[in-house]
Amino acid sequence: MDIVHYLILSALLFIIGAVGVIFKRNVISIFLCIELMLNAVNLSFVAFSSFLSQVHGQVFVFFVMVVAAAEAAVGLAITIVLQRNRGTLSVDDADIMKW
Amino acid sequence: MEKFLFYLFGGIALLAAINVVALRRVFYSAISLIICLCALSGLYMLLAAPFIAAVQVIVYAGAIMVLFLFVIMLLDPFSASTGQDKKRLLSYAAILLGIVALSLLYPILKAYDLASAPRNAGIVPGGTGSVRHLGEVLFNDYLLPFEVISVLILVAIIGTVVLAKRRA
Repeated sequence: MDIVHYLILSALLFIIGAVGVIFKRNVISIFLCIELMLNAVNLSFVAFSSFLSQVHGQVFVFFVMVVAAAEAAVGLAITIVLQRNRGTLSVDDADIMKW
Repeated sequence: MEKFLFYLFGGIALLAAINVVALRRVFYSAISLIICLCALSGLYMLLAAPFIAAVQVIVYAGAIMVLFLFVIMLLDPFSASTGQDKKRLLSYAAILLGIVALSLLYPILKAYDLASAPRNAGIVPGGTGSVRHLGEVLFNDYLLPFEVISVLILVAIIGTVVLAKRRA
């Protein structure tokens, strides 16, 4: 096994997540796809960390997880407020700030 | 054996990831994402990172995704308006964009010298992936970021409470 396999898998996961972010309309689905992209990046961090025998990549994965947790908590709170105020979960209906 | 496990976990992760995007109902998407995260945790084990693998299952699949599922059930995804996923043009454009992004990867891989690619050192007791080594680096080299990120968590907690509080 070499590192390229892991990097290709990571790129595939990232692109699937990015495609999801572009074409999903539901806020929660978009959050799920963002989590998928974060995990793809985590995979390449760990792969580099393992293949270069450096532990720093794993420390960064740790930080990414913390940021993902914070982002999920705040994002879901915003989703709940959106649902309460506008009665919808669709990003197309959250258009007050749209120019 | 390592190759077999890589393709097994990688295949599960890929299929689950495709399901996350393809399935219409948010609840099933979330379940697929949990499967994907668990498969990734298996890959971390292969990469000699047992601590990250455990944290992936406990924190990511166990805590963050449960938060997602709570909110999904709270908002009643089966009847609430989930919006039109089917803007045909947009979905074709998204898939096209994905293929373009993938093809950008090809020249990079072609330029990469496979023979000199670093090899996996494997699990060594007390090696790079061990909890002890990770902890030493985390609390010596990365002490300041560690403390700063705890402030970030605090900010996120306060922000969540303020946002979700019902206006009196």
